[in-house]
Amino acid sequence: MGWHLLRGWTVLVYLFMFLPIMVVVLLSFNASQFGSFPMTGVSFRWFVELAENEAILRAFRTSIVLGLLTSVISTTIGVLASLALVRYNVPARNAISTLLIAPILVPEVVLAVALLLFLNALSVNKSFALLLAGHVIFTLPFVILVVQARLVGIRRDVEEAAMSLGASPIQTFFQVTLPLLAPAVFAGMLFAFTISFDDITGTLFWKPGGVETVPTQIFAMLRNSISPEINALGTVMIFLTAGLPLAGIAIARRLALKRGG
Amino acid sequence: MTVEAREARQPYLLLSPAMVAVTLLLLVPLAFIVVYSFWLRTATGADQAGFFLDNWREALSDAFYRDILLNTLKIAGITTLVCAVMGYPAAYVIARSRGNKAVLLLLLMLPFWISYIIRTMSWINILGASGAINSALIWVGITDEPIQMLYNEASVVLGLVHFLLPFMILNIYVSLDGIDTTLEDAACSLGATRWRTFLEVTLPLSLPGLAAGGLLAFVLGAGTYITPIVLGGPTDAMFANLVFEAIITQLNWPLGSALSLMLLAVLGALVLLYNHFLGMGQLMKGLG
Repeated sequence: MGWHLLRGWTVLVYLFMFLPIMVVVLLSFNASQFGSFPMTGVSFRWFVELAENEAILRAFRTSIVLGLLTSVISTTIGVLASLALVRYNVPARNAISTLLIAPILVPEVVLAVALLLFLNALSVNKSFALLLAGHVIFTLPFVILVVQARLVGIRRDVEEAAMSLGASPIQTFFQVTLPLLAPAVFAGMLFAFTISFDDITGTLFWKPGGVETVPTQIFAMLRNSISPEINALGTVMIFLTAGLPLAGIAIARRLALKRGG
Repeated sequence: MTVEAREARQPYLLLSPAMVAVTLLLLVPLAFIVVYSFWLRTATGADQAGFFLDNWREALSDAFYRDILLNTLKIAGITTLVCAVMGYPAAYVIARSRGNKAVLLLLLMLPFWISYIIRTMSWINILGASGAINSALIWVGITDEPIQMLYNEASVVLGLVHFLLPFMILNIYVSLDGIDTTLEDAACSLGATRWRTFLEVTLPLSLPGLAAGGLLAFVLGAGTYITPIVLGGPTDAMFANLVFEAIITQLNWPLGSALSLMLLAVLGALVLLYNHFLGMGQLMKGLG
């Protein structure tokens, strides 16, 4: 009895989380020229308009370049730091860990203001460089947390075995450690890219005038009222950031099952 | 150099890029805005360096700022409470379910992959004048005119709950999942009812996760800038909106610095309090 109630509650909680998102997807196929109910038919016209909207395409390019650069820089720095924290007995380990995750603990607005004002004093104006610096520092703690969690599983004796068989430290790193690290590196990069791609608060402080990322572009479009185009853009984003990874997981699982059977 | 010395130096070499990044892009900038908050915005538009208390006097004594700060904390508090009440039973079900645990967890991760701005604006489709609820009400004939459900404090809280609930559930789940179920079995076999077992064994053991989720929900909620603009009305500004206004619109950087530091002090005190009693370990478990 009690368990059924709890399960019912959980179903409602999941509906609360997903129903609004499903409505976005549904309305993006609405043939009506207003982005709202009632649905008058199924149409792809908003996706076509989206593909012809130069501002949105530019925002996509900016977001992707920014996300890729952020994920490469942030993951490189983050993997090195995680290696040190997991593999070595560093004195004051806790203090260092806390310091490295500090950017999450500071409210994003405060981080945004501090970085903007400080770099401005060094005559780095609002620019792509400022945006990149901000995204790197904002994603770094997440990368370190994710990578650290994956590194714990990689045992040190494998590397020691390689070295005792005559491999140099550099050979060992590239031929033993790096392949073992690859899943952690991949997870870190994916995480950093997603956070950067989705960031809006800091981006609004750091972006130069005229430059928009996808989230700030949506935000600017929202000022005029919700249009079917925004729902279509939302659907594209949902497909890219959630649909593709889900499909990837499903395929990986099916392949694993096949191999197992 | 000896092998030992090289070995001892290695972790510092590995750590240095991250330490330099955090120092140059977070710590020094924070110290810089502390200094900046004592500067003065002059009538000509230039900032005058010095030690002026004017910004702090304005930020701390102006009733306008105080009211918005209190309102921000109130909204964050209500949001956290609603997240806890909605999320705890769900986290419990996920932790104790056998067959579909993996699916429930995967679904729980999904909102983290979907853009925050899209999740926020999705409520306009539900609550707006021609949104799902109003269309249904008019179609059924309960009302002729759309009911105004958006652009008030309740819709801001709703948007924040929608954004922060996954953080809450995940943190509670992590601590519930770590509980040794034989403890619950032991309590039951010693004659405790299931409800009493929950209250005296399960709930206390899951409090660290609840606290971690609560801290995250409160701090992220109180620092939010987008939700009040998209889902709130003209009088629903939160503290981060004031900071943006001062820095980007009015270009009053000294005052904006003081306001930022005020927000940091209030939320930082909470984080320190949490760290003092519970440590950062639980929070990192939930985030990783």
